[in-house]
Amino acid sequence: MIRLVKVSKSYGDTIAVRQLSLVVNQGEVCVLIGPSGCGKTTTLRMVNRLIEPTAGRIFINGKEISRVKPEQLRRSIGYAIQSVGLFPHMTVADNIAVVPELLHWAKSRVAHRIDELLRLVGLDPLEYASKYPNQLSGGEAQRIGVARALAANPPILLMDEPFGAVDPLTREKLQAQFLRIQQELKKTVLLVTHDLDEAIRLADRIAIMASGRLVQHATPEEILSRPTNKFVHDFVGTDRALKRLSRIGVASFIRPTHSVKLSTPMKEVASVCERCHWVWVVDDDGKFTGWLDRTSLPAANSVRQAMVVGDRDEITITKNATLREALSRMLGQGFNSIPVVDEEGRLIGEVSLGDVEAATAKMEP
Amino acid sequence: MLRRQLNLWILLTVLTGLFVWLIASTGLWEATLRFLFPQESQVLHPRASLLVLVWEHVKLVILSSSLTVLVGVPLGIWVTRPSGRNFLPIVYYLTSFGQTFPPVAVLALAVPMIGFGVIPTVIALFLYGLLPVVRNTIAGLRAVSQDVLDAAYGMGMSRWQALIRVEMPLAARVILAGIHISVIINIGTAMIGAVIGAGGLGSPIIAGLVQDNLAYIIEGAVPAAMLAVLADRLLANLERLFAYSAEKAR
Repeated sequence: MIRLVKVSKSYGDTIAVRQLSLVVNQGEVCVLIGPSGCGKTTTLRMVNRLIEPTAGRIFINGKEISRVKPEQLRRSIGYAIQSVGLFPHMTVADNIAVVPELLHWAKSRVAHRIDELLRLVGLDPLEYASKYPNQLSGGEAQRIGVARALAANPPILLMDEPFGAVDPLTREKLQAQFLRIQQELKKTVLLVTHDLDEAIRLADRIAIMASGRLVQHATPEEILSRPTNKFVHDFVGTDRALKRLSRIGVASFIRPTHSVKLSTPMKEVASVCERCHWVWVVDDDGKFTGWLDRTSLPAANSVRQAMVVGDRDEITITKNATLREALSRMLGQGFNSIPVVDEEGRLIGEVSLGDVEAATAKMEP
Repeated sequence: MLRRQLNLWILLTVLTGLFVWLIASTGLWEATLRFLFPQESQVLHPRASLLVLVWEHVKLVILSSSLTVLVGVPLGIWVTRPSGRNFLPIVYYLTSFGQTFPPVAVLALAVPMIGFGVIPTVIALFLYGLLPVVRNTIAGLRAVSQDVLDAAYGMGMSRWQALIRVEMPLAARVILAGIHISVIINIGTAMIGAVIGAGGLGSPIIAGLVQDNLAYIIEGAVPAAMLAVLADRLLANLERLFAYSAEKAR
């Protein structure tokens, strides 16, 4: 648990953080967000004493941090930054090993931990352990940055725009991976970002800051539905409804759907769904391959001939996706329902536009 | 890549062996110089054998360059730490001054105080070679990115650990380049030691100039040039060794 009590930081006449009080509960992801210069990074860096507060007190698990030696404190807190800051003269393995070595772990334990962490962030240890940072892509480097922050298994993670310096697609993947890892590890996380979508996606609670003050600290749903003042209202923007969709998973909206296999004989196809205009097509393993329009049936003599082949990545979503992603696929493809697949690409159902509408209708105004 | 490194070291060893053999072959030198300058009655400086002259010269360079490194690198480190940051301009200024001040003038000033011989020469060479070492140490350490340092401190390294594990390895190549320049400068400048009796390859050259004996000058200049080439190779190899592995892996 991280607790800040009336913390202030000023540089001469400029006040970076004013009287900020904030609690991040055990196992909770708290996202600090606000316009640039609002003091969010300063706040984060005060928690591991890279910056000393001018006034106020900070506690970690009940212990006041000013009583702990900075180096010792920092070794017990994971730290990941936007620029990653991997040491260019060390291999990936050596980079990850830094904190465990500072803590004098045994060599075998360190080696084992490196393996474990690389797997955790989805990189093959055999391939990556001996690489140097300049041989990594931006996304890989950020993953190593996260692995390094987790190295000594700290209960607390501080992350300063950890997914900042990558393209949107990679960022989305890294965020999904972060959520998966966080679900498993349940760290207490304080994360700084300026990207509201990222905050909404990752946070258990969002702390919005403006000119050094905490403006609102609440769950994403609450911030989206009940902004505390005009600043938050404007900051959240006019597409609040859309943003709230990104907090709702598709899992509870998946409904069974009709599909035919590539090998299904033509005379059986018609009977699969008599009232449907079209059905999804899967291969013999049940993996999504495209769809079939009823009007094209009479002219064809096999499913393969009649179907429209669809790109699985473009059209389908997984059951971990959000309604916002589902809606975006529907609009992008011009469909009023979108197929849902499992990790292997096997069709498990669909989500329809009607369901998304129903979900928005249920949300508070 | 490792094999290439090894080859470079083997080449250097062979060249050094060749050089030692060459300067030890007094007969060969005498025959060659006699052939080139038949009008001279004497072609080899009588003060000492070439081997001794080269050894004196090398000794001057090793002494002065070691002193330069031992003082210059810590000085460069100190003025990039918070405790010494205020002294950076003055250190920069003084080391620049050290290089603009002619070594001969240093000798002229040193002799009345310390007397003749090796020590004043080493002091003059040391002051003269300090600038590139200090300047490159500062430049190398300053080039370490702030993000990398932020990560180092953020992960719990002490200032000392960050310096040893992160800053110095990253700056090593630039620092070595400074030492490289300094040593090469010193090999040339060490010639002036002969003026105040420190010996070295300057002795035959000065004798040659005084007695108008071109053979003497050649006897001093050619081994000095070879020495400079060898030192240059040695330091280039060392730099390659310290270039951090990200570059080696390319």
